[in-house]
Amino acid sequence: MIGDVDPLIINLTIFVLAIFVGYHVVWNVTPALHTPLMSVTNAISSIIIVGAMLAAGPAEMDWGVWLGAVAVTLAAVNVFGGFLVSQRMLEMFKKKDKKGSA
Amino acid sequence: MSANMVALAYLVASVFFILALKGLSSPESARRGNMFGILGMVIAVSTTMTLTENWTLIVGCIAIGAVIGTIIAKRVQMTAMPELVAFMHSLVGLAAVFIAIAAINNPVSFGLPEVLPTGSKLELFLGTFIGAMTWSGSVIAFLKLSGRMSGTPIVFTGQHMLNLLLAIVMIGFGLWFFFSETTNWTAFIVMTAIAFLLGFLIIIPIGGADMPVVISMLNSYSGWAAAGIGFSLGNPMLIIAGSLVGSSGAILSYIMCKAMNRPFLSVILGGFGSDGGAAVADDGTQKTYRSGSADDAAFLMGNADSVIIIPGYGLAVARAQHAVKELAEMLQEKGVNVRFAIHPVAGRMPGHMNVLLAEAEIPYEQVLEMDEINSDFPNTDVVLVLGANDVVNPAANVPGSPIYGMPILEAQKARTVMVVKRSMGVGYAGLDNDLFYMDKTMMIFGDAKKVVESMVKAV
Repeated sequence: MIGDVDPLIINLTIFVLAIFVGYHVVWNVTPALHTPLMSVTNAISSIIIVGAMLAAGPAEMDWGVWLGAVAVTLAAVNVFGGFLVSQRMLEMFKKKDKKGSA
Repeated sequence: MSANMVALAYLVASVFFILALKGLSSPESARRGNMFGILGMVIAVSTTMTLTENWTLIVGCIAIGAVIGTIIAKRVQMTAMPELVAFMHSLVGLAAVFIAIAAINNPVSFGLPEVLPTGSKLELFLGTFIGAMTWSGSVIAFLKLSGRMSGTPIVFTGQHMLNLLLAIVMIGFGLWFFFSETTNWTAFIVMTAIAFLLGFLIIIPIGGADMPVVISMLNSYSGWAAAGIGFSLGNPMLIIAGSLVGSSGAILSYIMCKAMNRPFLSVILGGFGSDGGAAVADDGTQKTYRSGSADDAAFLMGNADSVIIIPGYGLAVARAQHAVKELAEMLQEKGVNVRFAIHPVAGRMPGHMNVLLAEAEIPYEQVLEMDEINSDFPNTDVVLVLGANDVVNPAANVPGSPIYGMPILEAQKARTVMVVKRSMGVGYAGLDNDLFYMDKTMMIFGDAKKVVESMVKAV
């Protein structure tokens, strides 16, 4: 039965359900962390690096492979930049033992 | 690795991405959340590695990206976060376009049939179109946020008609691309070029202070672009991760619009506000205000029981966050209850002020959101407004005002109000602010950082 379903429909199912998950998870994010939320989601959207790696994958090198390689580099900047800057910001939100605080 | 194993690994990575966002629900769990995100990415990338043949090339490219990304992440100033995020969105957009082009060039390497079916073409088109708009839109947002381009909206007659026309032409070329038997590069290239152009045109009319909405919207686009690529590659992980990001950006845009009480469409169509000009007395009469020195202000605050500080974009521009922290600490040592009130659209991106205050090591327990603190203003001795304007403008309560209905921080209800500003110039909405002319208000002119530093000395 499931084998007869167009993969597009299955992907659409995943898509719709993922939007619901995203909706519920994101509403729970505290407003103070909205900037880190943007940088984390930005890092997550660089998951397209997977597509870029497939483009750069074939042993037979043509211009498409090189284009893929550029895309891998761009996405990698984002993966590292996004997660590291988020980490840096989140470190600042640590509870501090402050002297003299009221 | 078998296809099933790959799919399972991708599922695990997707779950980690969801956990990453879930972690952001509180500052305590946020760092763990970020680690989950990193873990998910490591699983996704190493699994994909097994499907490729050019290991050296790919590892080399990742290494270059890693070095650049790490340097940027370590060096960027916290005040520059909005432009960094815009810059990174642009990378995702451009990468999406490149992937789509590579997929059309060689569908087999993506596990697609040699001759692309119309469905895949449609998905690739969507991925490219959204990616291209994300790229060019983010570039404009980056230029505006980093001050390399004026934040003033660029408007001309027939702007929206031109955009609409371009969109129709683009879809026309899209249809030509879908229904061509072979790969129709001409149609594809024209279509992509128009998408790039549209990205520019859509963002130029949007003014500086509407950037929180724009940047959230581009955040959302970059997610949808990833999801679009996921559809064309039949990769559920890309679809899940993309949808998470897409809905996150959409929710943030919604929150920002609500905090300005402006419909999303009105923000996106742009043309609102300016960089700030001279105050115009609309009724012809010269209104009087009281100005004071930093020393007077410091004296008043030192003798108060409670002080609420309202930071705005001016704080970020002047990089005054460390000086403000010092001021808060000095006042606390004198037994003053100091708290910070954050308006959702203060600054240039969602949560901008919170990050700056956190950078200055101001404990987040002292930093309150608008809804948490608004009822406390009538019992507060002194409100210190630092480089904020529209978010404390009581005109929001006056029917007929352009910002009528916008939720504001009710600074006008406090016993004394002090406003640190560079001049009497109007805010983004181009409105005069009655708060500045109230009897209990004292204006302190100057750069936020310098003024706060002199206050610290005087306390």
